[in-house]
Amino acid sequence: MTVDGTDYTDDVEPRTLLVHHLREALGLTGTNVGCDTSNCGACTVHVDGQSVKSCTMLAIQADGREVLTIQGLADTWDGEGSLHPLQQAFHEAHALQCGYCTPGMIMASLDLLAENPDPSDDEVRHGLEGNLCRCTGYQNIVKAVRAAAVQIRQGSTKSQEVPA
Amino acid sequence: MTVIDDRPADVGGVGTAPWRKEDAHLVTGQTTWTDNLAPVGTLHMAFVRATMAHARIGSIDTSEAAGMPNVVGVFTGADFAEECPTLPCAWPVTPDMVHPAHPPIAVGKVRFAGDPVAVVVARDRASAVDAAETVLVDYEPLPAVVDMEQSLTDEVVLHEDEGTNKAFFFSMPTGADIDETFAGADVVVKRRFIQQRLLPTPIEPRAVLCIPQAASGDFTIYSATQIPHILRTMLAVVTGMPEHKIRVIAPDVGGGFGAKLQVTGEEVIALLVAKRLGRPVKWTETRSETNLTMHHGRGQIQDIEIAATKDGKLLGLKVDLLADMGAYLMLVTPGVPILGAFMYPAIYKMDAYRFNCTGVFTTKTPTDAYRGAGRPEATFAIERIMDELADELDMDPMELRKLNWITHEEFPYEMVAGLTYDSGNYEAATARAMELFDYEGLRAEQAQRRADGDRIQLGIGISTFTEMCGLAPSRVLGQLDYGAGGWEAATVRMLPSGKVQVVTGSSPHGQGHETTLSQITSSALGVPFDDIEVLHGDTQVSPMGLDTYGSRSLVVGGIALQKAAGKVVDKARKLAAHLLEASEDDIEFADGTFSVKGSPDASKSIQELALAIFAAHDYPEDMEPDLTGHAIFDPENFSYPHGTHLCAVEIDTETGHTSIRTYVAVDDVGKVINPQIVEGQVHGGIAQGIAQALYEGVVYDDDGNLVTGTLVDYLVPAAPDLPSFTTDRTETPAANELGVKGVGEAGTIASTPAVVNAVVDALRPYGVHDVEMPCTPERVWRAIQSGQKGGAQ
Repeated sequence: MTVDGTDYTDDVEPRTLLVHHLREALGLTGTNVGCDTSNCGACTVHVDGQSVKSCTMLAIQADGREVLTIQGLADTWDGEGSLHPLQQAFHEAHALQCGYCTPGMIMASLDLLAENPDPSDDEVRHGLEGNLCRCTGYQNIVKAVRAAAVQIRQGSTKSQEVPA
Repeated sequence: MTVIDDRPADVGGVGTAPWRKEDAHLVTGQTTWTDNLAPVGTLHMAFVRATMAHARIGSIDTSEAAGMPNVVGVFTGADFAEECPTLPCAWPVTPDMVHPAHPPIAVGKVRFAGDPVAVVVARDRASAVDAAETVLVDYEPLPAVVDMEQSLTDEVVLHEDEGTNKAFFFSMPTGADIDETFAGADVVVKRRFIQQRLLPTPIEPRAVLCIPQAASGDFTIYSATQIPHILRTMLAVVTGMPEHKIRVIAPDVGGGFGAKLQVTGEEVIALLVAKRLGRPVKWTETRSETNLTMHHGRGQIQDIEIAATKDGKLLGLKVDLLADMGAYLMLVTPGVPILGAFMYPAIYKMDAYRFNCTGVFTTKTPTDAYRGAGRPEATFAIERIMDELADELDMDPMELRKLNWITHEEFPYEMVAGLTYDSGNYEAATARAMELFDYEGLRAEQAQRRADGDRIQLGIGISTFTEMCGLAPSRVLGQLDYGAGGWEAATVRMLPSGKVQVVTGSSPHGQGHETTLSQITSSALGVPFDDIEVLHGDTQVSPMGLDTYGSRSLVVGGIALQKAAGKVVDKARKLAAHLLEASEDDIEFADGTFSVKGSPDASKSIQELALAIFAAHDYPEDMEPDLTGHAIFDPENFSYPHGTHLCAVEIDTETGHTSIRTYVAVDDVGKVINPQIVEGQVHGGIAQGIAQALYEGVVYDDDGNLVTGTLVDYLVPAAPDLPSFTTDRTETPAANELGVKGVGEAGTIASTPAVVNAVVDALRPYGVHDVEMPCTPERVWRAIQSGQKGGAQ
């Protein structure tokens, strides 16, 4: 599979979850585990451009597919060496406190904005209902996602295509 | 990847909102959570846990597990009984408190579902979990004791050696004679409120990694903890191992809310297994384990009785609590309800008060601190009964409050419960909140809907709260028999290049210490925000500290820092006078620069002086070549943030569904260091308080099984479940060096009664006088049905 633009070839136990493969085999610990019932969304990544809770998917199901985690997100944005607009907006709007839910929250927001580039407050709230944050009360997350939406509509993201 | 910040350079001092220093690594996934760490050769632990609430342990057969691939060891309670007979409880609230042994792995008996029975240690986590499933435990079941009042009959005793399920009885009568006061009152209102148990639910589960250094006998422990310093000391105390050989590091910690203010059996076992096997040992809990074993919050039955004149003047208050300890006393379990003892009179003047509390063991997960710890419970009960009294007197609930609160010119004010509130302006915060809320307009709409018999009814809830935080004056803690003090430490070091290193003994897990403490330092020393580094959370880097809980990091730790920075300025002033050949009295300090009065060209910046003292070529004879400042601050008083929260709910009277239409919070947290961080704390706090009011509640079945064992069964609100909040502040400076008050718990303390008061207010025309939390649609609907039949008190 390809993760954040890098090709990996590994033998995996059939029962290994994608999130555990990312964290333990590939050392990509930016993606977190927060529950064991797919409720919290802390482990959200993208697989082939769609958000997936990586605790609900086996690593072998990602065979041959393209995975994007929080650690590769900034590289998909045109601005040289800068954060992705969602990362920058979460920072500016104080949309994170402890930061544990943040990777999943940002990856879920990315999917939300891909489907709806100009969401209302309510649409953001409903779009993120699969991700739990215990610190912020969500208000600044909503603010950040809408701020990032403006930024993304004005800019563009680099292709996630990786040279073969 | 870098953060873009093109804002003016003067953002960074006290009162400004620089974006947080903490964020860059958090938004890019370059984090150091404890679970991310595993040195080569790390062994992993999996616990075998009690599957029933109360049982004698017959035999434990570990033979199959021990023979499984990759398994290195299997241990039971007996293996550690000598090394650690009991986990600590640091708060014996009465001299005769029952304090039963709490072994890190159960010995002889299990007393709640989840109590650890054995631990499997293996070369990888999956092997440990697989092997743990094969451990056979032969239980002799005993009856569960789930209900507190049933527990007090002592028909079934959890800790047989103690002979009783009553942990303690604490009584605090203060002020005028309570019985005479109540006998002479025109009106007495009595209510029973239930504080359901809550799961604190930080999104990062607990994790611990212990790395031994066999040759030196040193142990380094990484833990997802709020309290690295307390944990180090307690690990030494409970294991008898030397404190100076234990280093505790709290790396990135993903929320705590009180639940990581704990010394857990798993941490102790990680240390003892690492010691025994000489290899790194790690444990990360699953969320199901979190729900089952991370301490729960709240869990009280509150009988509260208030006496007043017919005009609404408060005379006295009686509170009788049953506080659910769960199966064991953990670090501050018994102290949590006692913290509430001081808060029931809240902001109201009265002459008589009596607080009684009985601590009760039950066969459930132990309780302990959860955001607010005792104060949310107290604030809920008093704010709820103020509404009930207003209803009884046929007064507007806000008018009743105004009639009884301390007015701003009466501060400092000595309360009937014994605290002296240093500052406050309840009138100002309330006036602002009512304006933002449109109180009169909403009351008019409510009257119209009632008159129209509208299916959707409107309710208005008030909470004019205060709380005591900034834990705590050490002398007061001593009077309350707490096992430690409440001071905090800070060190400020000038590096040779003029950069500044700040060391704090408080230990963040989301609060933004690095940012806020940099701002205080920037203003105190006049150095740029970005030239300051804040170090924390490692007992080797920050050897002294009492960590983060009870909204103490700013009001205790921040003031320690202000004092430490002041010592740096004093030393630098002396050096500047020497180098500028002037008298110290003629040296002025502003914006980081020392200059001679009257000759502004003769000046030295504090950052230049840092290099001069490092070189140490020329400095005063009566001075050491050093500009370091170190301070320990022990507060004289608690901190008393306050505010007025107003909530309007709409209730569909046919389905019982409640939705929050408007939520206004005007908080007074004194002088604000970073308004953005303060607002964030208020938002998150309100969310957790609303969660208690409407959504969350731990459920056990009659056999003591946890029904809400996963996040499927326990409703932590997501974004669509919460409204946007309108927040504002008034600023009444506290009587301390920075004028600041705590903010971490205020929102949680304030919001729960505001919401439930609104729910009950909406339903008053239906004869409803209470709805038990969480106010789910079913409970609201049932309250309407029974209220119409004349019940529902």
